[in-house]
Amino acid sequence: MSLNDRLKNVFVEALELGEDVDVENLKYRDIEAWDSLGHMTLVAAIEDEFDVQFETEQVIDMSSFKVAVDMLEKLGANA
Amino acid sequence: MSSVFTLSQAEREKLLLPELVALTEHHRTHSPEYDRLLGALGTVEAKTLADLPWLPVRLFKQHAIKSITEDDVFKVLTSSGTTGDVSRIFLDKEAAGTQQKMLSATMQSVLGPKRLPMLLADTKALFTNRKSFSARGAGVLGMMNFGRDHTFILDEQEKPDPEAVAAFLAKHGGEPFLIFGFTFMAWLYLYELAKEHKLDLSNGILIHSGGWKKLIDQSVDNAEFRRRFKEDTGLTRIHNFYGMVEQIGVIYLEGPDSTGSSAELYCPDHADIIIRDPETWAEQPVGVPGVVEVISTLPKSYPGHVLLTEDLGVVHGIDDGAWPGKRFSILGRLPKAEARGCSDTFGGDK
Repeated sequence: MSLNDRLKNVFVEALELGEDVDVENLKYRDIEAWDSLGHMTLVAAIEDEFDVQFETEQVIDMSSFKVAVDMLEKLGANA
Repeated sequence: MSSVFTLSQAEREKLLLPELVALTEHHRTHSPEYDRLLGALGTVEAKTLADLPWLPVRLFKQHAIKSITEDDVFKVLTSSGTTGDVSRIFLDKEAAGTQQKMLSATMQSVLGPKRLPMLLADTKALFTNRKSFSARGAGVLGMMNFGRDHTFILDEQEKPDPEAVAAFLAKHGGEPFLIFGFTFMAWLYLYELAKEHKLDLSNGILIHSGGWKKLIDQSVDNAEFRRRFKEDTGLTRIHNFYGMVEQIGVIYLEGPDSTGSSAELYCPDHADIIIRDPETWAEQPVGVPGVVEVISTLPKSYPGHVLLTEDLGVVHGIDDGAWPGKRFSILGRLPKAEARGCSDTFGGDK
């Protein structure tokens, strides 16, 4: 599975997204589920799935699905 | 570790003064209300930080004062008063970003860039109602960015959860971990729990805030708080902090050398404080208590760069502590101050 698809699954599960949500274009606070509390759940779920640890700045900067993909690629997380 | 506690008093004043003079002009241009208020004071030539015109913090409870257009309002912060009016602080996107960035830089000065395993001296029940957190919930959530593996010491029924804490310590107790809580929660729940179950918190870094009133009633001041935590739990890295919603992005943090009966706080590089005589408004000398004025270069979206608080404080020394700049304590509220701070969201203690 590609990094993109794996991350999509993490988003869907952590934020309990419905099928109608366009995950790849999702931005922080676009939807109710991705509020500051949802963000905590999401970050923990991404870290578990990809076995990485984000620093504080990264958690704060993770403002969209696309940004999360970039961060994971930079951290060398492999699909 | 990068720090925002680096500037000596002379360096700080030299750096801040021109920025604050420019900010004063900026707000005069962009906020008619502010310009009117200053007009009443006459034109002010500022040769020192103490010459800058201040606004009473209460003004933000009575008026919506901002230096941005309605369209640019991105976020409105509100204070948490239980009675009386609530402050409303208007942020545009840039101000919201600055606030987050500077708080984060300040916390990282003592925590480092990595998120530490985090124990919260609070209850999971804070977030039961997802759509409306209390001010306390918002405070806790803001701090959660600095940690991972968040573990609450109180369960959803608000009862101490020794098993959860023991499991956390078994997993993380051997490395540095972060503890956050409001001062009285840390004392009433974390300290008591740790003492009773003989928990080892010696690798913990406790960040706490919210006022001492409930503890003073139990004869526990800062020195006693630190002594008992050290003796009974091994916890020695403790940082109290002081801040307010009206001054975005600034927290005054207790230094590593604080031993006195009141927490000894330092100003981050983008801020300063002045203690004023409540009768004459002249600047008080070191050691003499007075009203706390807070100064910061961050507020661009509202004229909150120089604010007179309703708190009493005292400067203990300048450039003579673990960190440079003013070393000061908050002594409590001004008598008869009606405005309330976030320490008062935990139930009617007045």
